[in-house]
Amino acid sequence: MTTKADIKSSNRRLARNLLIVAVAMFGFGYALSPMYDLMCKAFGLNGKTGRIEEQAAAQPVDTSRTVTVEFTGLATSGLPWEFKPLVKKMEVHPGETTEVKYLARNLAQEEITGQAIPSVSPGISATHFNKIECFCFTQQTLRPGESREMPVRFVVDAGLDKDVHTITLSYSFFNTDKLSAKKYGGEALGQGENHAHRAHPAMASGS
Amino acid sequence: MATAHHDEHPSGLGRWLMTTNHKDIGTLYLLFALVMFFVGGAMALVIRAELFQPGLQVVDPHFFNQMTTVHALVMVFGVVMPAFTGLANWLIPMMIGAPDMALPRLNNWSFWLLPPAATLLIISLFVPGGGPAGGWTLYPPLSVQTGMGMDFTILSVHLLGMSSILGSINIIATILNMRAPGMTFMKMPMFVWTWLITAYLLLAVMPVLAGAVTMLLTDRHFGTHFFDAAGGGDPVLFQHVFWFFGHPEVYILILPAFGVFSQIIPTFARKPLFGYDTMVYATASIAFLSFIVWAHHMYTVGMPLAGELFFMYATMLIAVPTGVKVFNWIATMWRGSMTFETPMLYAVAGVFTFTMGGLTGLMLSIAPADFQYHDTYFVVAHFHYTIFGGSVLALMGAAYYWLPKWTGHMYNERLGKWQFWLTMIGFHLAFFPQHFLGLAGMPRRIPDYALQFTEFNQWSTVGAFVMGFAQLLLLYIVVQTIRSGRKAGAKVWEGAEGLEWTLSSPPPYHSFAVAPDIK
Repeated sequence: MTTKADIKSSNRRLARNLLIVAVAMFGFGYALSPMYDLMCKAFGLNGKTGRIEEQAAAQPVDTSRTVTVEFTGLATSGLPWEFKPLVKKMEVHPGETTEVKYLARNLAQEEITGQAIPSVSPGISATHFNKIECFCFTQQTLRPGESREMPVRFVVDAGLDKDVHTITLSYSFFNTDKLSAKKYGGEALGQGENHAHRAHPAMASGS
Repeated sequence: MATAHHDEHPSGLGRWLMTTNHKDIGTLYLLFALVMFFVGGAMALVIRAELFQPGLQVVDPHFFNQMTTVHALVMVFGVVMPAFTGLANWLIPMMIGAPDMALPRLNNWSFWLLPPAATLLIISLFVPGGGPAGGWTLYPPLSVQTGMGMDFTILSVHLLGMSSILGSINIIATILNMRAPGMTFMKMPMFVWTWLITAYLLLAVMPVLAGAVTMLLTDRHFGTHFFDAAGGGDPVLFQHVFWFFGHPEVYILILPAFGVFSQIIPTFARKPLFGYDTMVYATASIAFLSFIVWAHHMYTVGMPLAGELFFMYATMLIAVPTGVKVFNWIATMWRGSMTFETPMLYAVAGVFTFTMGGLTGLMLSIAPADFQYHDTYFVVAHFHYTIFGGSVLALMGAAYYWLPKWTGHMYNERLGKWQFWLTMIGFHLAFFPQHFLGLAGMPRRIPDYALQFTEFNQWSTVGAFVMGFAQLLLLYIVVQTIRSGRKAGAKVWEGAEGLEWTLSSPPPYHSFAVAPDIK
């Protein structure tokens, strides 16, 4: 027969252990973030593209196969830039290193720094789309009115699924500075009248 | 606790603020849920009033979006969860022969976190920019960009989460440590079993939700980039974290309801619960499976085929233990001496409508088909059939079933039946047409719709108002039962089994100070 004091102390002990479980699960919620990144990298999920060095890209060109690569780009609403690919689409052979250029022009009266985030569709082919050089590897800073042609050098590797005939490479260009983004309407929902979240039509370009 | 037990307690407001008595706290939880039920219900009626006709007439779209969002948050976190916790507080100690909950002071705190949480959530509607309007799932980027109402919501969710975690710790400790001698695990009433498993689910996933909304908060104000693509984050990550919480959460809402069905049906079928052991195992299997199916809420985010297949098969697997439970309830009723008092009506209707919701859930689990159903009214119909048709009907049944025990008065059976039928007719009229609206392509969370959807939407609105006003009758019946009514005996229902029916109605303020004998 257990006494009341026994029950009380075992209640306390159990409560403490359960609280530790709760704290651990809070940590687990955070751990999901790096786990998600690892999964995306490992399985090429979510259109995240690979990056490889020049020499690693060298592989026999499979001229018997052509793949259409389409290019699009979007300057998000917080970035007052014109941004578009100079070539809309092209045909490449797997294994062949190809270079295309995107154009960015700062339409604002001040210097702005942006970061481009790539995405490949269909997502399943992202692991076979490798970039050797890309303007998205670093942030881009443009002076007022400055325009810049920016290269992307890529290779589609031979492992690409035979059923995939078209790959779309898309970039979203973001303002790296939150306050500046807000100024240009990046946080359109803010406090008040403007409830619609829309990109500046004049500045959103691309396909 | 070691001192002598006495029945006097502080009176007035002080009694309720400082109480550590499981019955008082149970009452507080249930009253809180009842109040929030009317708050959330009023929001639902705003939604349905706007959708009575195509075009915009009653509210502006931004307010409409706030209503869909806050209605859901209120109903999930302010009604169903507190109501079941209230039942747990009232019933678990009486069912297992314990004098009180294991940690009575913690119990007081668990409850008193709720009113501030609800206040924060309601305040959010009145700050500049309005309340959260991106759906109860709080998906970024919208939830990162929206106004300060979101910060109120996030802090409210933190408090609600804390309350649930503390509540579930208390429930687990009570069930594991406080059972009367002889009350072995496999003798526990089903309601106690389902709550034990629910409490573990809560403990595992509420902290994950707290983490998700904390990430939102730091993304909004402290320069982190968990969900911000510009900073290397990913909005889809939020969906994974949220639904890792969210799917177990829907079972947190339904498992105690299964427990209630398993108490009520044997009473009015006058037969013991069929397949008690399999009920326990089925509940545990459902709880386990709930952790590995979360991505079926997000089939359309662009998962690889292997992922879609895994989550599809795992989801379909849940139909097996759920089917076990449904068939067990039917087998319990089979050749029973059934009578249909209001609690039984609610239990039978609850099993029936929940099974309909389960069936549409099975349809939604099919990944290729889900691409058509995703974010349409079909989903709205599905989860209202499960959560209202399962959890809320169980709560109402539970209220009628145990109200005589709690108050010592019998409720008015005639009015109870009226309230039941009005609720059922209103409910089905409101939600059945939404299946067809969804299949025909009407998207959810939009204040306007194409003309061809008008008729079904009008039925739906009429049904919603019938259902809403039937709840005023519920309020009347509850108040009437508390104040007056025929005296109820200890064993209110002739077929009822269990320790709570050995106590007087209402039970003494301190019950089972001496542990009962378990046969």
